[in-house]
Amino acid sequence: MKHFTYLKNVSTLNLDQGACIGCGRCIEVCPHSVFRPSGKKVAVQSRDLCMECGACARNCPSAAVRVSAGVGCASGLITEWLSEIRFFRGTRSGGC
Amino acid sequence: MPGFTGWLDTPAGRVARIGSTLRLRDHFGAWKARWGIGRMSYLVPPGLYAIGEPRPEDPVVVTANYKMSFDIVRQALAGRRLWLLVLETHGINVWCAAGKGTFGTDELVGRIQATRLPEVVNHRRLILPVLGAPGVAAHLVKAQTGFTVRYATARAADLPTYLDAGMVASAQMREPTFTFRERLVLIPVELVGAIPLVLAISVVLFLAAAFGTGVFTPSAGWTAVTAFFGAVAAGVVATPLLLPWLPSRSFAVKGAFAGLIWSFLLYLLLDGASWDSTTTLAAFFCIPAVSAFYALNFTGCTPFTSISGVKKEMRISIPAMAAAVAVGALSWLTDTVIKLLS
Ligand code: SF4
Ligand code: SF4
Repeated sequence: MKHFTYLKNVSTLNLDQGACIGCGRCIEVCPHSVFRPSGKKVAVQSRDLCMECGACARNCPSAAVRVSAGVGCASGLITEWLSEIRFFRGTRSGGC
Repeated sequence: MPGFTGWLDTPAGRVARIGSTLRLRDHFGAWKARWGIGRMSYLVPPGLYAIGEPRPEDPVVVTANYKMSFDIVRQALAGRRLWLLVLETHGINVWCAAGKGTFGTDELVGRIQATRLPEVVNHRRLILPVLGAPGVAAHLVKAQTGFTVRYATARAADLPTYLDAGMVASAQMREPTFTFRERLVLIPVELVGAIPLVLAISVVLFLAAAFGTGVFTPSAGWTAVTAFFGAVAAGVVATPLLLPWLPSRSFAVKGAFAGLIWSFLLYLLLDGASWDSTTTLAAFFCIPAVSAFYALNFTGCTPFTSISGVKKEMRISIPAMAAAVAVGALSWLTDTVIKLLS
């Protein structure tokens, strides 16, 4: 999927290399190869490809990766915002 | 039960054996689900299934109880011996269910216990689709059940290669594709979902345009509705299909661009030079705004857009869309008032 890239500099991905034990789980779960091995630990090599799915953070045994995860779904967000301003109390989940 | 071929006795009771050939009914069901017909009830019962004649040492593959996922997996694994553990995701596919948390650690742990999997197999390894990883914490599954989770490929079609390669997935096998065909099959459900709002707006638009001249002119109404339908189609159909070729990384910009093409087409087809200023403004402001809105909605379907990115796009583009529609509507309003007064 080389030609699909989304907005730059938006991902909330954060790696605490000090806490990393180098198990490689984040490399295994990331669909977009955001991490690469770096010595006995890992490093972030392509942050802009991150889609904030949260797989790395969920599977990191030492909580070294953090990302505010969610599905990038506009209709879901609109429903969420509308219900926040109490204008529309929908039961729809955004359809995704 | 789709593909049921018989029973297999195991130390934990009998397990349903399933075949790997899809029947006409399965294909028809998939087609219906893509159009959103009975989509929510398109599921298989969760539990343990046998493909071929699996022995205790054969691998366990985990999937969702969305029937289309289940069908794709059993078809890809034709001619092999495997255990298939189906999780209760309420008929939602692996990727969406992992995001919602139903394809998750608790469900997996509970399903392992409910099916008495430890008595059926003599190893402690599970193979999960990599797109399920956002919902499942492998280390917690290990701690709670003793089973080691291996994340396999994004596409079920790559599972045989993965198994034959000794359970190693290349970066390419982990990456979800988003081909023309894959984008195409997502469109029907989006179209069906757009119907209620589109119909409501069409009625208002028809009346506004038909009465806009002071005398009731249905043809003006139909033109406005056609222009609007085209704008929706540019966002819902054209943008997803032309995704790699439309400029910009932003979906709103891609959609606006597709909408602008439609505006120019209308201008050429309907003798744009003869339009009054209101029509021209509406065509070149409102149409791209509508297309951009629907294009932005498609971000929820892609396997590469991030929520922070979508939020950023919405913060910028929604006021822009509102402004563009306001320009069109205001100019129409002043125009009508002037006509009615004179
Ligand atoms: S999963 Fe966590 S501990 Fe393991 S390599 Fe990645 S960051 Fe390091
Ligand atoms: S959030 Fe998802 S896409 Fe981003 S780095 Fe983690 S696994 Fe990769």
